[in-house]
Amino acid sequence: MASSESRLRITERKSVTCVEFMDRNILDEMNVQAISDEIGQLVDQADSPRMLISFANVDHLTSAALGALITIRNKVKGKEGELRLADIDPQIYEVFEITRLTGLFNIHDSTDDALKAFG
Amino acid sequence: MVDAGSTDRNVLDLRHERAQIESASDAILGAAERYGYSKASRFAIRLAFEEAVTNAFHHGHCEIPDTPIRVEYVVSPEEIWIAVEDQGVGFEPDSVPDPTLDENLSLPSGRGLMLIRTYMSEVVYNERGNRLEMTYRMPGT
Repeated sequence: MASSESRLRITERKSVTCVEFMDRNILDEMNVQAISDEIGQLVDQADSPRMLISFANVDHLTSAALGALITIRNKVKGKEGELRLADIDPQIYEVFEITRLTGLFNIHDSTDDALKAFG
Repeated sequence: MVDAGSTDRNVLDLRHERAQIESASDAILGAAERYGYSKASRFAIRLAFEEAVTNAFHHGHCEIPDTPIRVEYVVSPEEIWIAVEDQGVGFEPDSVPDPTLDENLSLPSGRGLMLIRTYMSEVVYNERGNRLEMTYRMPGT
């Protein structure tokens, strides 16, 4: 499911909201803000959000995208929900490592692994 | 500086428009690819360039959003040199908090400069703090 303006593909699997990016490059601030707002609305709509964000289609991102992910993570945590990331390209994973965000997020090799990890 | 024998170089005034920023990025990365820089190198250069441009607009031109920034670049087989200059008041680069400290991890901003310094071989600010020059050296040179 996605609106004509959406930059995301959103599906439900095993009571988990699965989010995929439709842009290969999560770069500029405006794009990132729109994505962040859209995911934020999904979090708002759930009492205790269970969300998986897949980076399968992502080749590149910037610190603005990392910031948006942190904001989403903080929001999910505030609602005692669960957020997991998956399918992160090695070069992008390195960005998470460099910024020590691998300790902040639950990151899985694949969507299937992430889905199994949800409580 | 770089050997002028074999280089791609340009000076651009960029507005805060995605198309212009991508065009500049594509020009630099296209030259990098032609000179044999790897995918990993191009990832690093692209990330640093995007962060530098974002910082220039977001911080340098927050009061003057319609003012272009100046980007200069020289791409050679040995290194890629990029300068990004804004018209803002500048800042003190060493005053930026370390985003990897535990108390800063859950803050949504403050990672751009750290990523630039990590991915580029050399990063230099002018005294005012409104001009950044960064160099990526071809690995193995």
